[in-house]
Amino acid sequence: MTQSNTILPPLTERSGIIRWVRKNLFGSWLDAFLTIIGAFIIYWAVKGLFTWVFTVAEWQVVATNLRLFIIGQYPLEQAWRLWVALAFLMFLTGNSLGIWARKSYFATILLLAFPVLLTLFPFGDEPRKWLIILTIVGVIGWGIGRTASEKLSRIVIFGWVISLPIFILLTRGFTPEDGIMPIVGTNLWGGLLLTFLLTVVGIIFSFPLGVLLALGRRSELPAIRFASILYIELVRGVPLITVFFMAQLMLPLFLPPNITIDRVLRAMVAVTLFSAAYLAENVRGGLQAIPKGQFEAAHALGLNGLQTMYFIILPQALRLIIPILVGQFIAVFKDTALVAIVGLFDLVGIAKTVLAQPDFLGLQREVYVFISLIYWVLSYGMSYLSQQLEIKLGVGKR
Amino acid sequence: MQESLKQKRITAFWRDERILNILGQVAFILILLFIASLIFQNMRDGLARQGIILSYSFLSGISGFDISESLIEYSRTSSYWQAYQVGLLNTLSVSIVGVIASTIFGVILGVARLSTNFLINRLAAFYLELIRNLSLLVFLIFWYLGVFLKLPRVRDAVVWPGDIFLTNRGVGIPWGLPTDSYPTFRLILLIGIVLSFIVFFALRAYSNRTGQAPLTTLWTLLTFIITAIIGWLVLPERPLTFDIPAVEGLNISGGKVLSPEFMALTSGLVLYTSAFIGEVVRSGILSVSKGQVEASHALGLNSFQTLRLIVFPQALRVIIPPLTSQYLNLIKNSSLAIAVGYPDVFYISNTIQNQTGRAVEMISMVMLTYLIFSLITSLFMNWYNQRIKLVER
Repeated sequence: MTQSNTILPPLTERSGIIRWVRKNLFGSWLDAFLTIIGAFIIYWAVKGLFTWVFTVAEWQVVATNLRLFIIGQYPLEQAWRLWVALAFLMFLTGNSLGIWARKSYFATILLLAFPVLLTLFPFGDEPRKWLIILTIVGVIGWGIGRTASEKLSRIVIFGWVISLPIFILLTRGFTPEDGIMPIVGTNLWGGLLLTFLLTVVGIIFSFPLGVLLALGRRSELPAIRFASILYIELVRGVPLITVFFMAQLMLPLFLPPNITIDRVLRAMVAVTLFSAAYLAENVRGGLQAIPKGQFEAAHALGLNGLQTMYFIILPQALRLIIPILVGQFIAVFKDTALVAIVGLFDLVGIAKTVLAQPDFLGLQREVYVFISLIYWVLSYGMSYLSQQLEIKLGVGKR
Repeated sequence: MQESLKQKRITAFWRDERILNILGQVAFILILLFIASLIFQNMRDGLARQGIILSYSFLSGISGFDISESLIEYSRTSSYWQAYQVGLLNTLSVSIVGVIASTIFGVILGVARLSTNFLINRLAAFYLELIRNLSLLVFLIFWYLGVFLKLPRVRDAVVWPGDIFLTNRGVGIPWGLPTDSYPTFRLILLIGIVLSFIVFFALRAYSNRTGQAPLTTLWTLLTFIITAIIGWLVLPERPLTFDIPAVEGLNISGGKVLSPEFMALTSGLVLYTSAFIGEVVRSGILSVSKGQVEASHALGLNSFQTLRLIVFPQALRVIIPPLTSQYLNLIKNSSLAIAVGYPDVFYISNTIQNQTGRAVEMISMVMLTYLIFSLITSLFMNWYNQRIKLVER
């Protein structure tokens, strides 16, 4: 019945594999030549990769040291605290997705099912159990978020605000040796855990600093403007590694002798100070995009300078630059790898110690490919999810 | 009435915005200065406890360490300052090679990403996505430990066409050795540069006079190349003899041997930065509206002319600012040489600092060095940007 109704497009627009191939792969002599070269490159790369991954590479090194890569030297009997902290985050994630991202099913499923997907890796039974719990908690959170009304959103935002302190508190512990949560020194934090904490702390603390610097750079008071410009340009002109070295070697000198701060904290300070300068430039871009009429309207309504900034300009400017902020987050995540050079045991630092084990000498390719994979999956995943959510939520345009 | 107006004009100074502004700034500066002096005081005291007085005079002391590769005369009896210069030149050479190579590769990637050929397009897209989500440090270490140090030993060197020797001791490439006629040849090259400048200005004058657009860059380059070839052929003796690398015992002899550290650093930086440059080039070309292309076709320009005279100049304006920041990133990222053991300025300053304990001095020197590099690059690119910028009324 319906068949008779379908109208075929004209012959030239009909799609067919052969037509498509001729148009897109062999349009001209040059095209054909390029296609053949491209095909050779793909064949060569794929063949080389598959042979290496499945026959040459010895993945035992990764499987044995998986725990080291994820949490470093963190004591195993205390690992449950990290899982609890993760479960809290997962609950919040599910909740937020249920409240704000009702239509983005794909992103929701991907995020909530991610822990279960991870069980395919050779973790032990204990982590597998926890991973499944994570997904269950996430789904419960999602269900609550979906059914509960708008009232919940305040609580969820509050939950996000306290999530980092809770995470750090659980990671560090707060009771002496024999309590339920003995303190775990930062020298034992490592692997992905350390990378993650450095990134999150760096971004969160650099945010207010960056906004202040951006406002300072646009200030009408020359002293403040000049100081902001000086700071931003100085930091942006030097490599991150010098900032890390400065934090490790010179920060203790800058402080009074009775104050000592440990090495992880120094690295966090370095990430914060560095990232703030870049963030300031991004925020400035957002501020510049706000039309002058907004300022004038706010003044006409009787708002003073501070109120104008806080209620009118910043909300709009920050909304505009959310995609850029995600990009910055990813950049900081990738950049924290440099702490390995100043001797901390983040993912890259752990890789060095793993390669120093006598059992696994000479397996650099396997280890670094695995680490690259972690960085890649997380960076790509973050940028992909943020794009999806941006489209769904209409962030960044209005 | 009059009195009240007068009173209004004389506002109390704590409510006068102009005065408040000035006072606020003064307070701000005072607080900054106070913090700075506090930090400086702490630092001096801390250093004094270690028995160090802030001074750069230690730089003239004898370094006592070896540097694996150097462009200038250096030995372990040279001074720290000379060691620093070696590092400076090594950073410069990596940066220059890196900027040139990643520009070429990045432009190719950007154009490939826009290709109508499905396969090429996808291949470039895959490459960009792959590289842009990796951590540069891991990437560099992988190239060093996973690729260049895993090459076969010198005895079993892999030889690529063009006499390129791949070994775990470095990559040997043919290299020209100057002969007696080399100074004359250099003179000819100089003449070539002068000639090509003449051609350049003549063509530009011609273009300004007639409104035609001759292939200025091409002819300028051709003039230089033709002069060089003529010089090469005319001289009785070849100005350069090619020294081809060969395996000799445990080492490569002859030619030029590029160390695994240098190769890992440059190839890692180039492959990484070119992915970002590719994206910059792509967005630049896409920024030229389709109407421009259609209009130029309507005016009878062929596709090469359209690209050269319409699309490229407009795309360049969008490309230059982000390209500048990519160049700056590359220069700053070259400090990751420390991870692969290439003696760049940061690596050497770190060595000096380990030997002398002069952390404050060395870190400040390195920071200043990179700031100067960044400043010079920005100034040059800004000058270029001014030149090509859209001239508006």
